Amino acid sequence: MKDIAIVSFAQSDCVRQAGTANEVELIMPVVNKALAEAGLESSQQVDFVCSGSCDYQQGAAFAFVLGVDALGAVPPIKESHVEMDAAWALYESILKIRMDQADSALIYGFGKSSPGELPIVLSQQLDPYYLAPQWVDTVSLAAMQARMMLDAGDITEQDMADVVSRSRRNAAANNPYAQLKGDVSVDDLLAEDTWVSPLRKHDCCPISDGASAMVICTVEKAKEWGKPYAVISGIDHRIETHNLGARDLTRSVSTEQAAAAAGVADGDVEVAEIYTPYSHQEIILKKALGLGDNTEINPSGGVLAGNLMMASGLSRIGEVARRIINGEIKRGVAHCTSGPCLQHNLVTVLEAA
Amino acid sequence: MANLAAVVGIGQTKYQTKRGDVSIAGLLREAAVNALQDADLTWNDIDAVIIGKAPDMFEGVVMPEIYLTDALGCNGKPMLRVHTAGSVGGSTALVAASHVQSGTFKRVLTVTFEKQSESNAMWALSNPQPFSPHLNAGAGGYFAPIMREYIRRSKAPWDTGIKVAVKDRLHGARNPLAHLQLPEITMKEVEESPMLWDPIRFLESCPSSDGACAMVIADESLVNESPNKPAWIRGGAMRSEPTMYAGREEVNPQAGRDCAADVYKQAGITNPRKDLDCAEVYVPFSWYEPMWLENLGFAEEGKGWELTMAGATSLDEDGDIPWNCSGGVLSSNAIGASGMIRFAEAARQVRGTADAHQVDGAKTALGHAYGGGAQFYAMWVVSSEKG
Repeated sequence: MKDIAIVSFAQSDCVRQAGTANEVELIMPVVNKALAEAGLESSQQVDFVCSGSCDYQQGAAFAFVLGVDALGAVPPIKESHVEMDAAWALYESILKIRMDQADSALIYGFGKSSPGELPIVLSQQLDPYYLAPQWVDTVSLAAMQARMMLDAGDITEQDMADVVSRSRRNAAANNPYAQLKGDVSVDDLLAEDTWVSPLRKHDCCPISDGASAMVICTVEKAKEWGKPYAVISGIDHRIETHNLGARDLTRSVSTEQAAAAAGVADGDVEVAEIYTPYSHQEIILKKALGLGDNTEINPSGGVLAGNLMMASGLSRIGEVARRIINGEIKRGVAHCTSGPCLQHNLVTVLEAA
Repeated sequence: MANLAAVVGIGQTKYQTKRGDVSIAGLLREAAVNALQDADLTWNDIDAVIIGKAPDMFEGVVMPEIYLTDALGCNGKPMLRVHTAGSVGGSTALVAASHVQSGTFKRVLTVTFEKQSESNAMWALSNPQPFSPHLNAGAGGYFAPIMREYIRRSKAPWDTGIKVAVKDRLHGARNPLAHLQLPEITMKEVEESPMLWDPIRFLESCPSSDGACAMVIADESLVNESPNKPAWIRGGAMRSEPTMYAGREEVNPQAGRDCAADVYKQAGITNPRKDLDCAEVYVPFSWYEPMWLENLGFAEEGKGWELTMAGATSLDEDGDIPWNCSGGVLSSNAIGASGMIRFAEAARQVRGTADAHQVDGAKTALGHAYGGGAQFYAMWVVSSEKG
């Protein structure tokens, strides 16, 4: 199968409130930056464009339609959209390249969660007849998962605080786009009150507005463009049952399956960017991905430092790709999740050329 | 080169105003099971599931693939959710096909749906947005001025739309799955129905339906494992353009013309009226038939209405290029599924399984979908021949 190269990646600041910025104003800066880094002037110069977003975040049917205005789609372009994180838009684009309908693609994701109450909005992802009418919010479901892990002895509250402390520190050191960063000790974190027990507020990702974008192409095209690149050596995604009672919430079976199919274990993993909206989930996912202690996890701070719903998954891949393109590492793994308590997971393995 | 793929199973539900007897999951499962039965396969034979629907607000379920995974036998498999406005049914079929054509999977299930009775599409389309004027319009009000402009330019007879409305309902009366069953419909009855958005009368508009449509798409190597004739995918294309820009041609959009040219080129079609045996085209309002006849190259610009009025698109008048033999969107409109129904009905024609609305000896057919402000397009050409 054809090797796919990531040649550029751009992300916006994660901000709690993008104010009056509309879709176009969120998307255009990152799209233009990703194109420019790939040496391109407009989306007319790629063969395919695919995006990810969710209407309910900003409360507008067809929120993605306006996104087309950010692309310069005159004359018309080959374009598609997933109502998912843009990591799945990347997946769709890869299929398009593998089937020879494109040699290059622009992918972007955006989210403006600030107009609504995100945890409540996301409660409407649940079974519409049995669960959604109870308005069980995402934080409460994650808290239940954390409680099960604590009760099983899989983690301690100190482990959770460790994850948060490291995220804040990494974000301060490495991530100018982060929303939450700084030097916070584990003791200080544990001294805070619980919010939705056992979760403290800092155990939960912030709510952010923003966007990210990426340009991919065949390896041949990247050479033709004369751009450094990272190679996607494996990508796979799996979903598991929606019925929380039928899942062992202390594991992530779908991540294990995707990791095996993507070939995570086929080499050293220097860096892993894992989509962990809640601190305890990093511990579940580290295990599911089979990562050891020599893997640096979430050097960007991860989504605990800023969570652009529908773009953060793509950003995890972009963060790893950026480090490979810069020559900092040779091989890394990126992970993206969707749905309550890690129901749907996508794993990407990236390598230096 | 892309791997060769074919439709080996098709399943639909009956389309109707309200399916109160099933949940959303039950509705999709019904279509999916029908498709698996048609393909003589079980859930275990499916590698991935690709679903599509129009805006989540039509049912009020956010990213419903999350809830639907159990009903579609997808646990432990990849699941992808496509949303490209009204064209989504077509786009979803193309994305599903790309799972196979890319060589990544051998056999996939794709399902699209809308359960309009669980919410209110008009509300979902026109909820107020900050910094934008509030349009209490819905789709009919949006497209009416564009149809009026078509009439002005082409000088089409005033009753062209009425003729399309009658023709598609007579086609629909041959299709037991069609929502509207109006075998006795007359031009006079359509003319006398209330004017909704001039020039569109009540009976010139699509209904609001519940329903789902599913297909199984298989790699060439597995096609023979299913007993019924395959529909080979000979070409697929998508195009998008912005809703508005200076100089935009809204009556005969560039994106539609480009998309058609792309898919025809892939399928080796030079004269669509001659080379295709029939077409399933997204016509939610009557006047869009003559408009799309021109946009898709079946007639010269300004002459599409002549085909309609001469009966060229009618099965009952023995037309040479029947359009929407299933009754089309004018007879059933489960929005998110409507595009895929067009793609699936085109496949039924070339498989020879379209029963009472079969075009005799159909070998090659076009499936078409459009969405947004007539700005998103998805098309495929399927054939009984591998090519």
